[in-house]
Amino acid sequence: MKILVPVKRVVDYNVKVRVKPDGSGVDTANVKMSMNPFDEIAIEEAVRLKEKGIATEVVAVSCGLAACQETLRTALALGADRAILVETDVELQPLAVAKLLRAVVGNEAPQLVICGKQAIDDDANQTGQMLAALLDWPQATFASRVEIAGGVATVKREVDGGLETIEMKLPALVTTDLRLNEPRYATLPNIMKAKKKPLDVTSPATLGVDVAPRLATLRVTEPAKRKGGGKVADVKELVAKLRGEAKVIA
Amino acid sequence: MAILVIAEHDQQSLKAATLHAITAAGKLGGDVHVLVAGHDARGAADAAAKVAGVASVLLAEAPYLAQPTAENMAANALALLPGAYTHVVAAATGYGKNILPRIAARLDVAQISEVIAIDAPDTFVRPIYAGNAFATVQSKDPVKVLTVRTTAFDAAGAGGSAAVTVVPAAPDTGHAKVIAQEIVKSERPELTSARIVISGGRGLGSGENFKMLEALADKLNAAIGASRAAVDAGYVPNDYQVGQTGKIVAPDLYIAIGISGAIQHLAGMKDSKFIVAINKDPDAPIFQVADYGLVGDLFELVPQLTAELG
Ligand SMILES: Cc1cc2nc3c(=O)[nH]c(=O)nc-3n(C[C@H](O)[C@H](O)[C@H](O)COP(=O)(O)OP(=O)(O)OC[C@H]3O[C@@H](n4cnc5c(N)ncnc54)[C@H](O)[C@@H]3O)c2cc1C
Ligand SMILES: Nc1ncnc2c1ncn2[C@@H]1O[C@H](COP(=O)(O)O)[C@@H](O)[C@H]1O
Repeated sequence: MKILVPVKRVVDYNVKVRVKPDGSGVDTANVKMSMNPFDEIAIEEAVRLKEKGIATEVVAVSCGLAACQETLRTALALGADRAILVETDVELQPLAVAKLLRAVVGNEAPQLVICGKQAIDDDANQTGQMLAALLDWPQATFASRVEIAGGVATVKREVDGGLETIEMKLPALVTTDLRLNEPRYATLPNIMKAKKKPLDVTSPATLGVDVAPRLATLRVTEPAKRKGGGKVADVKELVAKLRGEAKVIA
Repeated sequence: MAILVIAEHDQQSLKAATLHAITAAGKLGGDVHVLVAGHDARGAADAAAKVAGVASVLLAEAPYLAQPTAENMAANALALLPGAYTHVVAAATGYGKNILPRIAARLDVAQISEVIAIDAPDTFVRPIYAGNAFATVQSKDPVKVLTVRTTAFDAAGAGGSAAVTVVPAAPDTGHAKVIAQEIVKSERPELTSARIVISGGRGLGSGENFKMLEALADKLNAAIGASRAAVDAGYVPNDYQVGQTGKIVAPDLYIAIGISGAIQHLAGMKDSKFIVAINKDPDAPIFQVADYGLVGDLFELVPQLTAELG
């Protein structure tokens, strides 16, 4: 069984982004970029399924700038066998990514696609669900456990009130939540080995996908700053303030 | 043309989140219709009909909708959509986020996630980068599919008297099956709608120590939340997580205990009216957003606070 794992290059989760003064976007120049954390979890899960003998091949795919090759090399260092870059300078929105991925799925015919649940830059939480819908596949989003046996995926999902278990026939799509696994770190030998693994480059045009954005970003602004930093000396003062000043407790 | 709200319900009643989605839908200019897809869901449909601002309730019932999957919910919405609706709206809960992108993809339109303001029927504001920036986006698509952040729109009140129309349920897609649920019913107010939320972090040190927060929550009729670190460590269940990738809350009072205040956590609570932080590290970033910061050992301060509240 082949597994396809879409990985996105995003601003590192430790970076606090700044809005550009002209309101056109956020400043990503000279900012540390990394693999979207949920996609690291997705790669880890796929690699574990391969290590268990359930999967035979793990293919990582990224859509975007040529720099996404770095992200793909990371995926290869973490255990993916092969990588595909769909290279474009166009700003990609989730629907466009989902269409590109559908085309890649068409070529690769994986039995399982594991996406991250959410990219931490656009915070969209859409691409996996959109891809599943375009493929007319079942989906199990926000996965915290995945088991594959006899052509069926049994997935425990994190839902609003707790957990839910879903059973679906392959081919199917899973999106990862934080508790699915703890991703490994890439070791130096594996980083070296990753440099020799195959990385193919294709394009939206070759895949026959129109990636024109559907949403126009009119402006990006900074949220109002919260006035914090207030301190109280002790519990008595805290309770007095909550009652008298904030009036939030009786 | 009208606006379709996808209801979240437990067959008998509407979830509070849907009341917020109805308010957002009311700002889009058009009649608000609510789709209640379920099994023996007449109770939920009647509840939706009584919500102010609802013009019509569409009830689709089938046994397979007792345990709805995203595939089946999307199919039922899609059956109603062609030509009839300008917008599809749901609350940005785990439930809504699971379903709406499937609808958008099938319509070949973009989805706008976590809308916090509606500037015009085609122009929306949404947070990006863990709420460190707000993007104003305009949709060029014929149908706009949005999930809305419940903290940004008030809950719609009572006073409606819409008709409930039964519509045929779409056939079961047979795609996936819900085979088990572990939903813990709590006596406490719901995290996302509570007036007071008390959250614990890694500083609590164990699940056992969360009992301390429960004693305080009892006094204040508060909901209990947590940081990712506390959930990852297994102190509390996953649905307690507040933050960028968990639940978004904006109560009147948020009390963060033993939480450092990582941007991912702040993303889920910094719109609270008042924030209290209890942390032994005076430099913890949580204090930068706190109205009332209390520096010290939580194991001393929390019991004191509980006692002080009588
Ligand atoms: C992709 C991604 C998504 C994430 N999503 C979320 C999210 O949705 N929500 C979220 O919360 N986090 C999220 N995180 C994690 C986030 O980055 C932080 O790691 C996490 O919030 C830290 O939790 P914490 O504050 O409980 O733990 P820590 O950062 O370890 O802080 C513990 C605090 O407790 C204090 N403390 C310890 N002992 C005591 C004591 N006895 N008395 C008083 N104070 C004490 C310490 O001073 C410290 O400030 C995410 C991370 C990633 C990468
Ligand atoms: N440009 C991209 N390239 C590859 N995968 C992507 C891309 N954008 C999104 N994804 C995948 O879709 C998931 C959800 O992203 P989003 O819908 O943008 O929040 C990510 O975690 C990735 O697995």
